[in-house]
Amino acid sequence: MSRASEDSNLRMLRARDAMDRGYAEPLDVPALARLAHVSEAHFIRTFKATFGETPHRYLQRRRVERAMTLLRSSDRSVTDICMDVGFASLGTFSRVFTEIVGEPPSVYRRRGPLAPVPSCFGMRWLRPSGETALSEKPGDAARP
Amino acid sequence: MLNTISITSLYVLDQDQALDFYVGKLGFEVQTDQQFGPMRFLTVALPSDPGHAVLLELPAPPSVSPEIAGQVRDLVTKGAGGGHLFFTTDDAHKTHAELKERGVDLPEEPVVQPYGIDFGLRDPFGNSVRIAQMTPPPSA
Repeated sequence: MSRASEDSNLRMLRARDAMDRGYAEPLDVPALARLAHVSEAHFIRTFKATFGETPHRYLQRRRVERAMTLLRSSDRSVTDICMDVGFASLGTFSRVFTEIVGEPPSVYRRRGPLAPVPSCFGMRWLRPSGETALSEKPGDAARP
Repeated sequence: MLNTISITSLYVLDQDQALDFYVGKLGFEVQTDQQFGPMRFLTVALPSDPGHAVLLELPAPPSVSPEIAGQVRDLVTKGAGGGHLFFTTDDAHKTHAELKERGVDLPEEPVVQPYGIDFGLRDPFGNSVRIAQMTPPPSA
């Protein structure tokens, strides 16, 4: 490892932390790339090389994880939760949620309350990345 | 059986920079700083919790091979080095303001959680630090 790659890791980590924190905001790749002090194309490529998935996909999983947690720990409606976690449309939310989790939000909610763990721990461990991730369409992964 | 945790080890990538952060910014005090063969044995502890020291350890030869040291450095800077320190504080907002004044890079404001008010940051190497003002459990 060189100092340059360590600096690059830390910049990518900074952008990833920003997604963990600001998932509810309308985050976009140009803003995240600016945070990491790199160009947009370089950012997508380097982020994927560093963490194994594109920033877009990382953010989708983060938002879906937050939605999964809210569905099972609050009484808020699916529409409210969709907006709470940063999705702009219910249609996209339902599609992405179902694709990643394997069942729609309303069905997932029936699984009942989650065990109480600190949210920082939950965010690290409950972000969905299982087999269903393999079913993503090639076009999805390539899109930022 | 066991009593307390006396030393916890944390990988840091530069011990002087670690001292600047943990002592200069977070308020730790140096407990031990001595050469131990090729190794600089460096422990710090909070003045309010002197029994729990943190060993600020450099991943470097001869403890590990140069190749492994490089792998550890890679993981630490990806936030996957396993280093997490969780602190309690009496006042999360006040502590946040003090750290900000000392020039600590604070990416988030204190947030209300079910267990209290807390905020997170990274040390200069990628290790995670969380500082929480815990809500006292309801008295029985």
